[in-house]
Amino acid sequence: MAILVSLIIGGIFILSIGKNPFEIYALLFKGTFGTSYDIGQVLFKATPLIFTGLSVAFAFRAGLFNIGAEGQLYMGAMLATLAGIWIPARFPSLPSLIVVTVCIFAGFIGGGCWGIIPGWLKARFGVHEVINTIMMNFIAYGLTNYLVLEVFSVPETIHTPEIGLSARIPRFDALLGIFRGSPVNISLLIAISFAVLAWVILTRTRLGYEIRAVGLNPKAAEYAGIPVAKTMTLAFFIAGGLAGVAGSNFVQGFKYYYEDGFAAGAGFMGIAVALVARNNPMGILFSALLFGTLSQGGLAINTQVPKELVEILEAVVILAMVVMTELFNRWIIKQKNLS
Amino acid sequence: MAGQLFKVILLILVTAILGGCSGQNPSSTIDNKEKIQVGLVFDIGGLGDKSFNDQAYTGLKKAAAEYSLEMGKDIEYLEPAEAADRETALRQMASKKKALIFGIGFIFSEDVNRVAKDFPETKFACVDYVSPANEADIPPNVVGLKYKEEEGAFLVGALASLVTKTNKIGFVGGMQSPLIKKFEAGYKAGAHYANPKCVVIANYAGMTPDAFKNPSKGKELALSIYDKGADIIFHASGSTGLGVFEAARDKKKLAIGVDADQYDEAPGYILTSMIKKVDVSVFEEVKAVHDNNFANGIRVFDLASGGIDYIYNDKNKNLITEDTHQKIEAIRQKIINGEIKVPSSLD
Amino acid sequence: MNEFVIELKNLSKSFGNVRANDDITLSIRKGEIMALVGENGAGKTTLMKLLFGLLRPDSGDILIHGNKVSPKSPADTISLGIGMVHQHFMLVPPFTVTENVILGTEPRQYRIFINEKTSRESLKKVSDHYGFNLDPQARIETLGVGVEQRVEIIKTLYRKASILILDEPTAVLTPQETDELFDMLRQFRSEGKTLLFISHKLDEVLAISDRITVMRAGKITGQLDTPQTNKEEIARLMVGRDVILRVSKEKAQPGDSVLEIKNLYIRNSRKQEAVRGISLHLCEGEILGIAGVEGNGQTELAEALTGLRPILKGEVLLKGILINKQSTRQRFDSGLAHIPEDRLQRGLITEFTLQENLMLGRHQHPSFQSHGFQNRENIHKESTRLVEEYDIRPTELNRLGRQFSGGNQQKIIVARELAKNPVCLVAVQPTRGVDIGAIEFIHRQMIAARNKGVGVLLISADLSEILSLSDRIAVIYNGEIMGLLEASEADERKLGLMMTGTRLAESA
Repeated sequence: MAILVSLIIGGIFILSIGKNPFEIYALLFKGTFGTSYDIGQVLFKATPLIFTGLSVAFAFRAGLFNIGAEGQLYMGAMLATLAGIWIPARFPSLPSLIVVTVCIFAGFIGGGCWGIIPGWLKARFGVHEVINTIMMNFIAYGLTNYLVLEVFSVPETIHTPEIGLSARIPRFDALLGIFRGSPVNISLLIAISFAVLAWVILTRTRLGYEIRAVGLNPKAAEYAGIPVAKTMTLAFFIAGGLAGVAGSNFVQGFKYYYEDGFAAGAGFMGIAVALVARNNPMGILFSALLFGTLSQGGLAINTQVPKELVEILEAVVILAMVVMTELFNRWIIKQKNLS
Repeated sequence: MAGQLFKVILLILVTAILGGCSGQNPSSTIDNKEKIQVGLVFDIGGLGDKSFNDQAYTGLKKAAAEYSLEMGKDIEYLEPAEAADRETALRQMASKKKALIFGIGFIFSEDVNRVAKDFPETKFACVDYVSPANEADIPPNVVGLKYKEEEGAFLVGALASLVTKTNKIGFVGGMQSPLIKKFEAGYKAGAHYANPKCVVIANYAGMTPDAFKNPSKGKELALSIYDKGADIIFHASGSTGLGVFEAARDKKKLAIGVDADQYDEAPGYILTSMIKKVDVSVFEEVKAVHDNNFANGIRVFDLASGGIDYIYNDKNKNLITEDTHQKIEAIRQKIINGEIKVPSSLD
Repeated sequence: MNEFVIELKNLSKSFGNVRANDDITLSIRKGEIMALVGENGAGKTTLMKLLFGLLRPDSGDILIHGNKVSPKSPADTISLGIGMVHQHFMLVPPFTVTENVILGTEPRQYRIFINEKTSRESLKKVSDHYGFNLDPQARIETLGVGVEQRVEIIKTLYRKASILILDEPTAVLTPQETDELFDMLRQFRSEGKTLLFISHKLDEVLAISDRITVMRAGKITGQLDTPQTNKEEIARLMVGRDVILRVSKEKAQPGDSVLEIKNLYIRNSRKQEAVRGISLHLCEGEILGIAGVEGNGQTELAEALTGLRPILKGEVLLKGILINKQSTRQRFDSGLAHIPEDRLQRGLITEFTLQENLMLGRHQHPSFQSHGFQNRENIHKESTRLVEEYDIRPTELNRLGRQFSGGNQQKIIVARELAKNPVCLVAVQPTRGVDIGAIEFIHRQMIAARNKGVGVLLISADLSEILSLSDRIAVIYNGEIMGLLEASEADERKLGLMMTGTRLAESA
């Protein structure tokens, strides 16, 4: 229903530039689910959004608004890249499984440490995390930009040297011969397992219980003897870590190097992904897929429709989704109240 | 109620899609067979930069007119939204069986190499191409378009040093990078060649790609350079240069444009523009593929081939004396026949 | 004088299968105070919402001044001359009194600018007429609860209400403030205004009303003339059976000392000393009541004892061990339990399920988690046990905290805290805003805990609660203890004097 409404609104825009909306939509559908390559592309684009969506959602469950997923992503990806360059060079005989795991871990730590800072500032001084995370984003941009362009860059490029072979995450194409040509890789499975993990932590562990308690009612959590400040900081660490691993898809699974500014807002898109999924880790898998489809579809129709309109269409779909989920939830609550 | 509405809308949609498909497609596929199919991928935020991305687009339109190609059908272009999309966009074009695909910007160099290997039937061209360490590694279906910007910068540097009354001229660069240093190097060398007493004050807008879209920073830099006594500033800084022009207007001093003829941005204050004819090279490549004489490797556009030039026309004639014009033309000849070796870096 | 201003005829409203209001017929005369009493969930709130236009009836009619009306929104009702003072105030804290009163009906100047001067003057007139003594310029956040309530009342008067509905107006007031409120209500009555007074404090209802309507399970179970009835009759109609209003309990068998407070000083959130040099001791197996008007340091005392607020000076010993520096969790582990003052702010997480709420503060206990993973089986077993033992209804473990009635929410907290097997229980206003059935139940549970040897520190502003439960009674005033009495020596008069600042020695 949400999609229908947005298609109709989008159609009006398309008509206004003199194109046939149905032709454009057919193109959009073909470009996303037409061939196994296109499906692979959709999945590839959904992968980092799963991570950043999880990051935002996880912090949100602790009552914290993480606008900093973008910066955490960059810092995590940078650390993972450096690990991916250094470890294979230093320990060439180390099996790939271990190197990849260490790099993912490095990404988590990099993003996590970047997340701890605003978390700690919030818990210790009460400085609002929205401001903290936005500022941390700027610092992360500047820092990674400097590192890439001035310290680690390959001349005449804006990226680092390639990571070692053993640090690379295999593509489904190379492994199973599916999604031929698309860079969709095992990162997708890592993302899914992180989603499951986040769900388990939130609903099945003591830590998750404490995080949710802090998020829903910090005063009650304090009353129950939960260390609110520590829990907030920890939640922000995990949120940052989740965003930090998002870079693995591009760095370890696609280009094998860190390119300046490669994420292009995946961290911010994570906010929308989490909102549409109502911060449910399992729901994020689906909303990330939706956003991945939009992103890939946008490119597919870009030859016929100017980029600005593609962006408008994407935004319209997102808006419609958010409104519709809200209406749907209200309807469900109403039905429940009636029965 | 909602269910009813849903069904109605669905019905309309389905019929419309079916109708739309059957009505449109056959006609468009038949007469495209003989026409050359061209694809082009801009860099993020490329189209609309009033500089070389827009010139590439001009080149496409010229080709469209020449070979009666239809924009949006025979000629298609994409504007990717993120880094990973560059390769995706190239592949999307390639899978549409385009004969020739452009990547606009040095950032496409590696992407083009990679995609070209997977689509040997398709030809690829990359503007401002950076070749692999070993030039033999350039795939057989890739042509790298390179420009000797330093030659053009040499000429406008020489011109500025002859026009200046203070023996001080300035340079404003965008992002500090080897590419822009090339401009600075040529500019300085040219100034010193024509007027050894002339001093060049150079400054850059920043370290990031954002330094190419920061007019207020450009104005600030230019004002400080003018205040130090310079009376002409050459910029190589994208839209940051618009700030340089504004400073020139405020201070009633001169500025030099880049990439395209920028006279109209500040009429009367633009001494000349150093131009990089991306439109020409784009058109030339379309022509080469059309005429079946595509050659791989590096294709250099310089003063000799006319790919690089400076502006001297009715608009700015009154700013340049005939004598000076003659001197610059003489220098052009010397560069073309190798008498002058133009440096491409500062050291 | 016999004119009916409000007539409700056969009003019914259902939510799903629940008949919240079942065939309600009720008439209220001009110039009378009608009390509406009933346990939580009896349907009082639904009835008020129907009257106030927040809900629409399934069937039946509402007549105001003899005219049939169907209010669709509060704005409709306000224009009919009905004003409502909610239990939870609907005020904007950073706004001034004037701004709050005129909110929504701002007099305009040149259509855009708010004419504050005019409104301030008319506000002043109303305020002086009733002797409200209000500063129209004061910000709401700086005012006390009693004053805030006056602002709410003046808001309705400002809108020319002739019918006032007051939803549990005394729940937040001190006895003195309650008396003042009652004087005010009587003045309204003498001016011909009609008042509908919702409460479940029977003493107050008997003191102020002319007639009493009792509701139970969505139906009216009785309409009584106040002079001809008594507490027992009302309670029976409310609960549907006889209620023991005085809890019977044996004499306490105090054991060793569990909690010792020595010369304690605590600051409040505005950095003022809220508790000044309190010394008390509590033994196993006794209930020590701390009476006092709210806002005299009770909140700070309870928070400091449970580790939620730092101690400025003095010592707190739990079973002889100094706990000044211990965290809340450490104190829990050493046997302290806490029924907090505000069940929605501290005691419960409204968006947590019943089961999750029953684990709050117990979730880290080894029976409910190991290696960080929750032991869902044990949690489920324990929750089921508590729900049954404490008669928490409904019994769905996955129902959210906010979906329970106040009484059941309070039972959840009591169940959880007593299940910790504490040596010392700090209970703050344990039955505030709770219906009679739940009060009775919670009181019995606290006595039972005492009999098992738990030391209970009961902090309450409700004198009848203090008197019926405590073995010893201390009175707090302005952060100091005015005196300590054996329960047998205490009566309302003595306590009342101490609560207003007279020391025990002086009063005796």
